[in-house]
Amino acid sequence: MSGGGRRWLSPASFSRHGGAKARDRDTNGVKQEVSDSTMSEALDLQTAAAPETAQAVLTVNNIEVIYDHVILVLKGVSLEVPRGGIVALLGANGAGKTTTLKAISNLLRAERGEVTKGSIEFEGARVDALTPNDLVKSGVVQVMEGRHCFEHLTIEENLMTGAYTRSDGRAAVAEDLEMVYSYFPRLKERRGSMAGYTSGGEQQMCAIGRALMSRPKMILLDEPSMGLAPQLVEGIFETVKRLNEEEGVSFLLAEQNTNVALKYARYGYILESGRVVLDGDAAKLRENEDVKEFYLGLSASGRKSYRDVKHYKRRKRWL
Amino acid sequence: MNPTALRFGLWLLVTPLLIAALGLGFKGLAAVDSSLFFAWGYFIEVLIAGLLQGVMYSLVALGFVLIFKASGIFNFAQGSMVLFAALTMVGFIEMGLHWTLAFVVTAAVMVLLALAIERVVLRPLVNQPHIILFMATIGIFYFLDGFGQTLWGSDVKVLDIGISKAPIIVAEGVFENGLLINSFDLVAALVGAVLVAGLAVFFQYTRVGRALRAVADDHQAALSVGIPLKTIWAIVWSVAGIVALVAGIMWGSKAGVQFSLALIALKALPVLILGGFTSIPGAIVGGLIIGAGEQLAEVFLGPIFGGAIQDWFAYMLALVFLLFRPQGLFGEKIIERI
Repeated sequence: MSGGGRRWLSPASFSRHGGAKARDRDTNGVKQEVSDSTMSEALDLQTAAAPETAQAVLTVNNIEVIYDHVILVLKGVSLEVPRGGIVALLGANGAGKTTTLKAISNLLRAERGEVTKGSIEFEGARVDALTPNDLVKSGVVQVMEGRHCFEHLTIEENLMTGAYTRSDGRAAVAEDLEMVYSYFPRLKERRGSMAGYTSGGEQQMCAIGRALMSRPKMILLDEPSMGLAPQLVEGIFETVKRLNEEEGVSFLLAEQNTNVALKYARYGYILESGRVVLDGDAAKLRENEDVKEFYLGLSASGRKSYRDVKHYKRRKRWL
Repeated sequence: MNPTALRFGLWLLVTPLLIAALGLGFKGLAAVDSSLFFAWGYFIEVLIAGLLQGVMYSLVALGFVLIFKASGIFNFAQGSMVLFAALTMVGFIEMGLHWTLAFVVTAAVMVLLALAIERVVLRPLVNQPHIILFMATIGIFYFLDGFGQTLWGSDVKVLDIGISKAPIIVAEGVFENGLLINSFDLVAALVGAVLVAGLAVFFQYTRVGRALRAVADDHQAALSVGIPLKTIWAIVWSVAGIVALVAGIMWGSKAGVQFSLALIALKALPVLILGGFTSIPGAIVGGLIIGAGEQLAEVFLGPIFGGAIQDWFAYMLALVFLLFRPQGLFGEKIIERI
């Protein structure tokens, strides 16, 4: 399909003429560009410029996702996660963060979604056609939004289900169980309780621990902060950081909590209605004026009351 | 003592005793001079017959529990699976196979059937609401019902695998004339017990069993940790198929292999409501209570209501349970976070 065809589906691109332009507008050193599939060369240039390209463990190349054969959700998303990196995927509700993660983990098909274009590579091999089971075996596991623990299983049984795909013996699994307990001591205290009766924070730990039990090389973490108290969120992210440093697990995390996410991630992508609108090093993104204003609630003059802002004039326009 | 076992014991004791008390009470009113000693012997005899009958119900209920546990679907087709299995088994025996060989072949057929159901019916319906899967099982019911009879004919058949049906008399020293027990029912009870113990261990302690329970709780999450739904469903339908085969053999050799076998599934329903849809021990306890309850009620309360209690007693018991304990005796707690 040509870019022109897609344009009918996405009103956002009406404003553009003659195809999308990749602009290197200099805003605090962050490259701002249009990732549209019509300009894949421009994209290649951009990704080639990214410092991590050399050892990317996960490469998502210009994917398009359609739900139910009709609803176009992702309109050409490209991103990369370097080996041993933490990359944040930011954006508001409905931006396409969860869909991106599910496209990678192949959970989309169960929801009648489909990757219709582009490719997804993990460690150099295409993974878009694998079943979730095979993908977990090859080292990518997703922690779903809203935790999704198995309510009627105990915490320990929950963790053990995470090891379903393993075939390296009981001893190794038991060792990893201890490893998970060392990262989340709270889980060890509650190992015998039914997961449905544990608190939200414990369930989130359980979900992350369960993912760890498959010995992943990479975890796709969807909204770990959802519904958790701020200090718990910090705790979860600290653990993510430790896991990343000590176990060498790469993370791709989708978050609405831009502040925390950019504090722990090293690189960030900002999604808006199915497109990557901005990406850059976390530190630079934090300094970016637009990000500050729209995602961190700050502006040049410090915190701002929204009473002083005329909303209709302050609509976000990246393109 | 663990609370589940405690409840088990309690219910097992309370129900028959309650009925006994009622029955003896009425009996007492009617005839003061009735010999209590004889009544006790008779009572126990009826109780045992009822319990053994209950195990037969449990055998059918087990198949339901398996599939419900692993997929949250009430498998309407379980009854027709029982019939289909029994018909197939008889068919192979009529071809001249020894019954053990016929059993193995039929088990293989049931596994194939499970694989086919997974491929044709379940896989295209992943992540659809439960009611849609339930409707699909109604379709499977009619298909199997017709297919089995097309294949093997619709005559009433005799299934004989050599279990003696001679009554045994025990405890002659304690009771006058002893207690009369049907040896066939005794064998059925034994088979049921072995099946339940095996399945309980399988679900509770094995990797696949754990995965089955995980799938029951949350399909999506199970997928996300790499549990292959297809494999799990194929396994669970295969196991349910083999359980249906065992139930089919037992019921078939007791009552003949005929269409009404598919309808014993209706008797399994109150058993499930009592025991809980998700509990394997629940299926057994539910069966025992229903079996004992309806036998005792028939014999001791029957005269008061004018008989035929057996037909509706189980459903009434189920109704009472739905009012007070909708998840059943052993069903999974309905977890609600407040």
